[in-house]
Amino acid sequence: MAARRVSSLLSRSLSASSPFLSRSQGRNLSNGSRIVRRFGTSSAAEEVISPSVQVSYTKLLIDGNFVDAASGKTFPTLDPRTGEVIAHVAEGDAEDINRAVKAARKAFDEGPWPKMTAYERSRIMLRFADLVEKHSEELAALESWDNGKTYEQALTAEIPMLARLFRYYAGWADKIHGLTVPADGNYHVQTLHEPIGVAGQIIPWNFPLLMFAWKVGPALACGNTIVLKTAEQTPLTAFYVGKLFLEAGLPPGVLNIVSGFGATAGASLASHMDVDKLAFTGSTDTGKVILGLAANSNLKPVTLELGGKSPFIVFEDADIDKAVELAHFALFFNQGQCCCAGSRTYVHEKVYDEFVEKAKARALKRVVGDPFKKGIEQGPQIDLKQFEKVMKYIRSGVQSNATLECGGGQVGDKGYFIQPTVFSNVKDDMLIAQDEIFGPVQSILKFSDVDEVIRRANETRYGLAAGVFTKSLDTANRVSRALKAGTVWVNCFDVFDAAIPFGGYKMSGNGREKGIYSLNNYLQVKAVVTPLNNPAWI
Amino acid sequence: MASRRVSSLLSRSLISSSSLFSLRGKDPLMKRGARRYSNLASASLEDTITPPVKVEHTQLLINGKFVDSASGKTFPTLDPRTGEVIAQVAEGDVEDVNRAVVAARKAFDKGPWPRMTAYERSKILFRFADLIEKHNDEIAALETWDNGKPYEQSAKIEVPMLARVFRYYAGWADKIHGMTVPGDGSHHVQTLHEPIGVAGQIIPWNFPLLMLSWKLGPALACGNTVVLKTAEQTPLSALLVGRLLHEAGLPEGVVNIVSGFGPTAGAAIASHMDIDKVAFTGSTDVGKIILELASKSNLKAVTLELGGKSPFIVCEDADVDQAVEMAHFALFFNQGQCCCAGSRTFVHERVYDEFVEKAKARAINRAVGDPFKSGIEQGPQVDSEQFEKILKYIRHGVDSGATLQAGGDRHGSKGYYIQPTVFSDVKDDMLIAKDEIFGPVQTILKFKNLDEVIARANNSRYGLAAGVFTQNLDTANRLMRALRVGSVWINCFDVFDATIPFGGYKMSGIGREKGIYSLNNYLQVKAVVTSIKNPAWL
Repeated sequence: MAARRVSSLLSRSLSASSPFLSRSQGRNLSNGSRIVRRFGTSSAAEEVISPSVQVSYTKLLIDGNFVDAASGKTFPTLDPRTGEVIAHVAEGDAEDINRAVKAARKAFDEGPWPKMTAYERSRIMLRFADLVEKHSEELAALESWDNGKTYEQALTAEIPMLARLFRYYAGWADKIHGLTVPADGNYHVQTLHEPIGVAGQIIPWNFPLLMFAWKVGPALACGNTIVLKTAEQTPLTAFYVGKLFLEAGLPPGVLNIVSGFGATAGASLASHMDVDKLAFTGSTDTGKVILGLAANSNLKPVTLELGGKSPFIVFEDADIDKAVELAHFALFFNQGQCCCAGSRTYVHEKVYDEFVEKAKARALKRVVGDPFKKGIEQGPQIDLKQFEKVMKYIRSGVQSNATLECGGGQVGDKGYFIQPTVFSNVKDDMLIAQDEIFGPVQSILKFSDVDEVIRRANETRYGLAAGVFTKSLDTANRVSRALKAGTVWVNCFDVFDAAIPFGGYKMSGNGREKGIYSLNNYLQVKAVVTPLNNPAWI
Repeated sequence: MASRRVSSLLSRSLISSSSLFSLRGKDPLMKRGARRYSNLASASLEDTITPPVKVEHTQLLINGKFVDSASGKTFPTLDPRTGEVIAQVAEGDVEDVNRAVVAARKAFDKGPWPRMTAYERSKILFRFADLIEKHNDEIAALETWDNGKPYEQSAKIEVPMLARVFRYYAGWADKIHGMTVPGDGSHHVQTLHEPIGVAGQIIPWNFPLLMLSWKLGPALACGNTVVLKTAEQTPLSALLVGRLLHEAGLPEGVVNIVSGFGPTAGAAIASHMDIDKVAFTGSTDVGKIILELASKSNLKAVTLELGGKSPFIVCEDADVDQAVEMAHFALFFNQGQCCCAGSRTFVHERVYDEFVEKAKARAINRAVGDPFKSGIEQGPQVDSEQFEKILKYIRHGVDSGATLQAGGDRHGSKGYYIQPTVFSDVKDDMLIAKDEIFGPVQTILKFKNLDEVIARANNSRYGLAAGVFTQNLDTANRLMRALRVGSVWINCFDVFDATIPFGGYKMSGIGREKGIYSLNNYLQVKAVVTSIKNPAWL
């Protein structure tokens, strides 16, 4: 039954696209029915599993208390598996941002946060990491429920990483050194690395807690206070960990969390005159707006982590089976909702046919269904808007004559599940090879030589990441330098250790998060100079 | 005769200010001041000294060649001593910026610059520094002629500093290290610190060559290519040193210099889609525009070094004579045309009267006149716009009830000379205590205790620098942390060694120039991750 429903949806979605139907209907329909059977065995169409967690916190966290929005308004956050309401959440707006900034300002200007020893700050962060581990199942369930990502991914990868990141940054707190500086004359020169003040942070919905960690970790380690705005799609887990932070001993006002929308709460944070720093992760178009608001208000420094269209380059000498698996992972991980998704799979012509065949086979085997069910690899897209956007790009791929190797339609008839979709014969000028789709749609392109693929890989406004698959050290070394991207993964992908900096070249952003580099985003450098009388050395 | 002229000018300017009239009787210093100026004013009222240099370069420097602007247009650059034309200079506009970017793009993408060894790049910069020293007097004369600053300051401080700054950055070229990074698993992680690409740089007129060195030095050391726009007031010296750069062996297209205006050539740089980075020094209002243009175009990374209203705090235990001299220097140096000028002189009430008396005496002693004459401390302001703006602020000071202790008017009858002007009894809410005047106008304010002066010093949208005068270590240590500024000079001021980072908190800017910190502005960080098989250690 499920099979029939999916197959009818598939035809419906494809009927709009006559070139596709006329060109490859026969071949793909047989693929289609195979997919459908495969999808049919999964749980998307069965009863949805009840998450084993209660929603305890739905109000704004300001000055250490959970409070209603000033307007009293709320908005619903939805279960991506069904589109049904999980909870109504306080809707923060300008007035709430003002209240939160005031609390953060006080916690910074009058203390206690930057006036504590770095060791005391680090211990609070370490206690928080312990509490994250203690509550990992509840947190994972809440993250999965609100976002649609698989519970196993949340539980075994993301929540442990959340604790790991806070331990990483806790360790930095008492290792932030200024320099003493050689002078040209009789002066003693030193630099102080000071906290900036109140940091505004706007995080996305694709990895709510990890993005929380990337932002909150360095800001707190460096002694700043925070007003954090969560994505309207995924407000729940940040409140939960906000509560854990208070339990860990974080003073009131140091971390304030406002749920709400970009155009209201986000814009008032970006343009606030008493916010000293802004960090944003999201789309390039919104990043431009954020930077414009900073320019038009108080010139707060801005860190941006934006979109990508990252090349994944498979050379002829690569281990093909491994490259297929990692290219699959690079694109489909987290329902394709990764800013660094390997969304342009460039394959050398000598191994292209083999690669496409195997990539298709792997996508067909991808297990889609209720993210709370064991063994599921792919849950639903985050919301209706993203779902429709992804479907629009699939139609665009078909219309522009890319070959739809598999997928292409919805899975099931409720929620926002999409079939793992693979296009081959993709050309650089097709929309699916240029725009960030942010969904489970793999685009495979063919290349002939290294010069060509370097040029094509760099021919984009984005520059976030790249994958390189080769056994040749010369190829790896050359391509690593030539690619204009903030991260190059060689024979691996999506390695996100706490110590590895992440960020974009070009319109993928400004600044780096994680690693030692992330501390710069939350520190001001102050040079202090005094004259020396009768110095023993200069 | 000169005396009569000055004194009549003085009275004329005061006629508009009735509040000052009441002060006039009890302030005989006004007359003494006028006499003092008449003695020293000689040079400015005599024949102007002919600068010992010829203007050889007035065209744009693009791709290693001096060329006319595409439009064929020129603009005059004026002698601030007289307002007369020094030379007609090619006026760069959008098309010229485009040509310069094409040349810089080629020199970066295909060209030799980032592909040379760092050692080769450093040798070119060292040779350039040698050529600067060889042409020291010629460069200094041109700088003084175009800008109006004393020739002795140019020849003995600024041009030697130009060579010193380039040797500093030449030394950095082969010391730019990436890191190897600890991974959480079987991965080998390294970071590459790469040149960003084509840097757009927009420099001001107050220190044309030093600002050129702060911008070009790190950009070139890190392997970037450059399109530099000079200020329309001072286009000449950059063209001369541009020629010397090429004599030193700089390949064509690596540094391109465009003379022209902000709204045309400057805006074209800030919004150019093929420029990867922009650095700007100038006013806060223009800085906001630059950042907005970057946000609306390609999100190029932006460094801003903007305005200031820097506090100079004289505590009761300070060496008053030294503090008077340094406060005088902090404000009047370079005709008061310093972004970090100590333009709010806060003096403790116990030493206030003594300080004001001595500051007034020092200002009256300041030697104003033709900057080519030996012994002259202060030349003319850069142009009539600045000249008029400063006189307007002086009238504001008088109108708002501040006490005019010395100066208050133009000096001489031609060019843009202004009398060293001192206001006492200045209140925080007066315009002269809030706005950046950028001229020889000292404003002295009284304070009672440290808490108060910290609050008042920080109560500004600016945060560029501060001076602190005290013998007490506790006071010094407390103030250096509490002041929200990028540079704190304790018992000294304007110490500008190449190693000392300089830049602003708050609306004084984003980023740091000079020192190790400046390299970040011209480097991208790329993380490269490879899998390791059977690692000996992790």
